[in-house]
Amino acid sequence: MSDTTGTPLVEMKDIRIAFGGVQAVDGVSINLHAGEVVGLLGHNGAGKSTLIKILSGAYQMDSGEIRINGEKATITSPRDARDYNIETIYQTLALADNLDAPANLFLGRELVTPLGFVDDDKMEAETRKIMARLNPNFKKIKEPVSALSGGQRQSVAIARAVYFNAQILIMDEPTAALGVHETKMVADLIQELKAQGLGIFLISHDTREMLELCDRVSVMKNGQLVGTERVEDVTEDDILSMIILGKNPREAA
Amino acid sequence: MSDAATSKTTAPPRRSLMQTLEIDTRLLGMIGAFLAICLVFNFYTDGRFLSARNIFNLTIQTVSVAIMATGMVFVIVTRHIDLSVGALLAFCSAIMAMLQARWLPGLGLELGSPLIAPLAIVAGLATGAIIGCFNGWLIGYQAIPAFIVTLGGFLVWRFAAWYLTSGQTIGPLDQTVLLFGGSEGILGETWSWIVGGLLAALSVLAIYAARRNKVRHDFPVKPAWAEAVMAALAAGSILGFTWLLNSYDIPRGKLRRMFEAQGQELPDGFTTGHGLPISVLILIGVAITMTVVARKTRLGRYIFATGGNPDAAELSGINTRKLTVKVFAIMGTLCALSALVAQARLQNHANDIGTLDELRVIAAAVIGGTALSGGSGTIYGAILGALIMQSITSGMGMVGVDAPLQNIVVGSVLVFAVWIDQVYRKRMGVK
Repeated sequence: MSDTTGTPLVEMKDIRIAFGGVQAVDGVSINLHAGEVVGLLGHNGAGKSTLIKILSGAYQMDSGEIRINGEKATITSPRDARDYNIETIYQTLALADNLDAPANLFLGRELVTPLGFVDDDKMEAETRKIMARLNPNFKKIKEPVSALSGGQRQSVAIARAVYFNAQILIMDEPTAALGVHETKMVADLIQELKAQGLGIFLISHDTREMLELCDRVSVMKNGQLVGTERVEDVTEDDILSMIILGKNPREAA
Repeated sequence: MSDAATSKTTAPPRRSLMQTLEIDTRLLGMIGAFLAICLVFNFYTDGRFLSARNIFNLTIQTVSVAIMATGMVFVIVTRHIDLSVGALLAFCSAIMAMLQARWLPGLGLELGSPLIAPLAIVAGLATGAIIGCFNGWLIGYQAIPAFIVTLGGFLVWRFAAWYLTSGQTIGPLDQTVLLFGGSEGILGETWSWIVGGLLAALSVLAIYAARRNKVRHDFPVKPAWAEAVMAALAAGSILGFTWLLNSYDIPRGKLRRMFEAQGQELPDGFTTGHGLPISVLILIGVAITMTVVARKTRLGRYIFATGGNPDAAELSGINTRKLTVKVFAIMGTLCALSALVAQARLQNHANDIGTLDELRVIAAAVIGGTALSGGSGTIYGAILGALIMQSITSGMGMVGVDAPLQNIVVGSVLVFAVWIDQVYRKRMGVK
């Protein structure tokens, strides 16, 4: 089990962000330790994705504080987040459909030759290597990713996050578009990355899946944090009532 | 490595000749259409259309639009449009012409001074780049749609040029500048063979280097004979083109003037060919540079990624606003380069220079396979598109089709070409 007593890998404190009068995230604080999987649960529009996009640099918070390894972090762009070894697998996958897998995997971080030209062959070789590990059935290396199946596209997005030695991984609905077999593969991967000491934020609607994969779950409703619980301490019904009623049954008890 | 092992044990599926050669069927279709157009016009003009003389003229008439079309590919790939290229060409041309004929002589530089041409050209290119940057800033940072910014620019820059020149035709242009126009600036037979030979050798070398690189990474390569065929095709067409332009003899009157200019008398029975025009070399240079940018640089990768999925590009840490500025700066610079070629070919700057060029340039890019939805397009396609457009226009002129009908046909061809492309994409299942 992960050590949750030391300095957290990520601390997000009192995060707020509003879009045109709608308080999308309203004073939420969560943290994440190395080797831990924290699940974020809640209805659509509860603010989970928005909160996580602040960490990945896609949105900028109005107020609040982010600490990485105990030090204050300034994240104003996706590039900043990458510099803190934060990698994100977006719900939309964020792939450029017209480009092939290697181009997508290295997008924004292309390998270049000494002359400064993109080194397509090197990137292809690296892609073949990581794909052989993640998804051995993946063969369409040179095809535009629009020609790939949902699962294959997912593995490109995952490969992109894993390849660059992320310390902090954000997975927004990683299994939503996947079949049974591929979902199992993602679950195995999460266990493997956890064992390697990564901290993972996982967003999903599937409560049962979350209870299997996560160490702790945080539930959000209407932009606010309902509560954070260790999975051993709660039942699926507890979680559901937190999601639906926005009340923490353990506090009430 | 297990990949390579498994693919060897399973029998490779039967592949057609085209697949083995890895020729883009779309490109093949365009070349086929182009050849068909040439043959039809050649038939109706009793062989005049494919004469060395007409091919020479066709080539130099295409250069200006083709140069801009390569830039338009980047603009359209990033999901923008530039309606102001013809106007921008006119403005850059006005700046260059005024510098040559009025301003620099006014500052004390004598007409014919060797400094005039470089100063005028550099100033023209800088003007194009700066206006392009400004357009890109309005579009990228101020989020005004490119359609509106360049629709405004369409009026602004053409009439800024008019204002600058008071509506007058500006000439004569500097002798050095005229070299960029085509028929005045030619390499002659010997140099054409040297340049043609070098280009042919380069293309063979490029194919060889690409293959060697693939082998080094253990990637599948096409059979050696297929590479040889491609190399032979590339080198053959370059040398054939050189031969064709070399076989177009310079007319006697012009030869006499050329000899007189050097204080010599034209010997009896002396003939020599035109060879490659400098403007065509510029186009080849632009084409190679733009292709390398598109395929081998981060800038090119980001342009295509942004066109494919702007959100994904942004989430990958690409600064898409700055990218927009760069794309429009390239477009502006290429407009200025086209302005140089266009004014040199026409031998003066007139108010109507580059009129309707925006439509020709967009049509060339679109006929060349650049999708208006963004994310896909090729440089060679756009150049071939420009060539097809120019062939149709000048072919109809030679056949004697009435001017209104010519434009009706050109417009219809554009729509027809895009329709064919849609059908092709649907059949092939590409987006």
